[in-house]
Amino acid sequence: MRNWLARMGDTDIGYSFRHSPVAMAAALVAFTCLFCALFANVVAPHNPFDLATLELSDARLPPVWQEGGKTSYLLGTDDQGRDILSALMFGARISLMVGLASVLLSVALGVGLGLVAGFFGGALDAFIMRLCDVMLSFPAILVALLIAGVGRAMFPNADESLAFGVLIISISLTGWVQYARTVRGSTMVERGKEYVQAARVTGVAPVRIMARHVLPNVLGPVLVLATIQVATAILTEATLSFLGVGSPPTAPSLGTLIRVGNDYLFSGEWWITVFPGAMLVVIALSVNLLGDWLRDALNPRLR
Amino acid sequence: MNNSLLQVKNLVVEFPGRHGTLRALDGISFDIAPGEILGVVGESGAGKSLTGAAIIGLLEPPGRIASGEILLEGQRIDNLSSDQMRPIRGRKIGAIFQDPLTSLNPLYSVGRQLTETILAHLPMSAAQARRRAIDLLQDTGIPAAEERIDHFPHQFSGGMRQRVVIALALAAEPRLIVADEPTTALDVSIQAQIISLLKKLCRERGAAVMLITHDMGVIAETCDRVAVMYAGRVAEIGKVHDVINHSAHPYTAGLMAAIPDITQDRENLFQIDGTMPRLNAIPAGCAFNPRCKRSIEKCRQQRPELMDAGASRAACWLHEGQA
Amino acid sequence: MFVFILRRLIQALVVMVCVALIAFMLFQYVGDPVVTLLGQDASPEQIAQLRADLGLDQPFFVQFWYFLLNAVQGEFGLSLRQGVKVSGLLAERFPATLELALVAAVMALSIGIPMGVYAALKRGTFTSQIFMMVSLLGVSLPTFLIGILLILIFAVLLGWFPSFGRGEVTQLGFWSTGLLTAKGWHHITLPAITLAVFQLTLIMRLVRAEMLEVLRTDYIKFARARGLSSNVIHFGHALKNTLVPVITITGLQLGSLIAFAIITETVFQWPGMGLLFIQAVTFADIPVMAAYLCLIALIFVVINLVVDLLYFVVDPRLRVDHS
Repeated sequence: MRNWLARMGDTDIGYSFRHSPVAMAAALVAFTCLFCALFANVVAPHNPFDLATLELSDARLPPVWQEGGKTSYLLGTDDQGRDILSALMFGARISLMVGLASVLLSVALGVGLGLVAGFFGGALDAFIMRLCDVMLSFPAILVALLIAGVGRAMFPNADESLAFGVLIISISLTGWVQYARTVRGSTMVERGKEYVQAARVTGVAPVRIMARHVLPNVLGPVLVLATIQVATAILTEATLSFLGVGSPPTAPSLGTLIRVGNDYLFSGEWWITVFPGAMLVVIALSVNLLGDWLRDALNPRLR
Repeated sequence: MNNSLLQVKNLVVEFPGRHGTLRALDGISFDIAPGEILGVVGESGAGKSLTGAAIIGLLEPPGRIASGEILLEGQRIDNLSSDQMRPIRGRKIGAIFQDPLTSLNPLYSVGRQLTETILAHLPMSAAQARRRAIDLLQDTGIPAAEERIDHFPHQFSGGMRQRVVIALALAAEPRLIVADEPTTALDVSIQAQIISLLKKLCRERGAAVMLITHDMGVIAETCDRVAVMYAGRVAEIGKVHDVINHSAHPYTAGLMAAIPDITQDRENLFQIDGTMPRLNAIPAGCAFNPRCKRSIEKCRQQRPELMDAGASRAACWLHEGQA
Repeated sequence: MFVFILRRLIQALVVMVCVALIAFMLFQYVGDPVVTLLGQDASPEQIAQLRADLGLDQPFFVQFWYFLLNAVQGEFGLSLRQGVKVSGLLAERFPATLELALVAAVMALSIGIPMGVYAALKRGTFTSQIFMMVSLLGVSLPTFLIGILLILIFAVLLGWFPSFGRGEVTQLGFWSTGLLTAKGWHHITLPAITLAVFQLTLIMRLVRAEMLEVLRTDYIKFARARGLSSNVIHFGHALKNTLVPVITITGLQLGSLIAFAIITETVFQWPGMGLLFIQAVTFADIPVMAAYLCLIALIFVVINLVVDLLYFVVDPRLRVDHS
């Protein structure tokens, strides 16, 4: 294990990481958030969804450093007595889950379509490329809103999993284009090479060979894109939730929390909105920093 | 008092990097007299272009001049700041690069690029500058110059573009032109035209030329003297006739032998064994010694400096002790 | 070039028809089309009559054709939520959104481009690194959060700016503008800043990246070798070549501004098309959704066409050359 770590540290990426304090800080923050989110029900001091534990008399408490705050509710409570810190962790879990799931789906869709377009060429390729162009010319938020809205209209009484399904699909449909293009380019390069033609002659499924040779080549750029997209997906989900068409109210994400807290902004209870907002920004920022560092580390020209 | 136009003395260019510092030029020395055409020849990676870049002061970072001197008309120019170097570039030293397509800004007309260069260095009015630009285009053999001056680079063919580039380099009447592989990107049929145009224009204006190329044929046709570079060092330098016909350095001799002669009857082409060493693996002593058929013990131990070797000068111990 | 325009027009038409198809299918399959046309308070007799009139038993394409005819005239029926004509609602709200988008675009361009140029030219300095960090923050802050924070700081805590509505509005014919009154400007400030931040960040990064690429090209190197001044190189050659792709990409971004306005309008209760759309989505008001979709598609298609034409004007390489 130690040997493996030593070898990883010695690679170009490892070197770049060890010499970039920003990347290390960002990774640390991202992992902390991930940890809290994953193990929210263990780490969080309260469970904000267990109605039995809520004390209405503790509602609208400010954070502990302000007058009136209590130490058991470090960041204050909302109008129903839910602990903000705990709600943050559970909310972050939802946000991260939706973000990661959407990106995974995006990558699968984009890489798949890119392989198909690059390999088969012709009309199929032209069609997929047209599709890419059209999708690119529409802003992501509009597409996501539309799908989420239509889903809502078609299934007005959807249960949680269906609601999340629609949400994840709507976000992932906005991000697949970049992967498709990158993979298509690499696929077309590989397709012309002789070993592919040889494989065709001998009857081996060229698709399998292409997958084995193309995919390692595109792993780098796809990884960079995916990392940055996780941040975008999380923010998109937050926006959709804020607008009311995202995560269902029974499983509030950070966006939902912000939306709820917005109503209390004018009465001075700023913490209900600001802390979820800060958490959102921290997660997005650290993931973006990681993505930026990764791109520079994998870019041979900048070394 | 030396009346050389350009003097390069023990120039060392280094590239500090992650794995240590690479020495790309290791003590280059040569002179160029006013109006003479010096060829700089060598394989890819020998350091020819870097020498040219160092002279104009356009070394790409992290490359830097570690030691040595470059003197233009007796004044040092290697230690000048960017601002101080600017009036020299274009006015005293002009440059021509390899690819005429990418050397010209596609969004500016040819005339605009010419007049701005002229006006940057010579005091005249815009109308005079334009007149001069048209004259320059005519001198470089571009037909209908009055009309074509307002055309854009993509409207010219490759050879025409290189003529425009030459016009741009000569626009401010420099004393020295550094031409880095000016014909490599052109069709063979055009190459001869461009080379002879360059030679003619420079002779007319009394400008010296440092002609960087890997093509010995061009050197033979055009240059007065030639410097042969190998692994960041000068292997041999002398008059063209002497270096080509009576090569003093085994490397040069190998290069000459490698040129196929149509009158010879052979089965195999001559090749120098091995390849030029990489910058981080230059052998001790003479850089060429592992490939040299005539190396002696001293070649492996001590690096030879340029020394007299008959009519030319070569960095080779075989000529040690010759007067 | 004429052929090019024709081809793009046909492409645009195809896109519009596809979008109309999607809108049509929304009508057909998501909610009852008769109800959407008549509103929810229609009597059974009216519904039956309309069904017969509409010929809802007609084949798909016939119905689609009628839908297209209506759509082209701007007829999308009545809003389910408000019971008034959709076209009227949209027309009423359009000026608010367009003004917001334009003010935000001007803000983003006038701050983003200089910042990007600075960050490219003074790469590595403290200020440019601050710019880059700020830009990273800008990308990590969702638009709605920026709006909320601005409201919190400038409206609630400091009380300098209002937090919702358009303020005083002057009616110029059918266009209601808030830009002619001081109160109008007062109201548009925070929403415009919110909308502009994301754009600004993108533009700044784009300009910086483009400019760094341009500064590495051969023609910039050649310009330096000709001794042109830094100002001429940076703000003449480099900037012009940088702005060509930037301005066209920004034009395309104008469309996404109008879409992002949805979020801003929600936060600030700005009475524009975006707010209308959100209300329609939460209410499942299909006619409004469909009409908004078609209108947005039209705006996008027009912007794309204009940008393509702009490329022609700006880049001489695309014009048919008569050399």
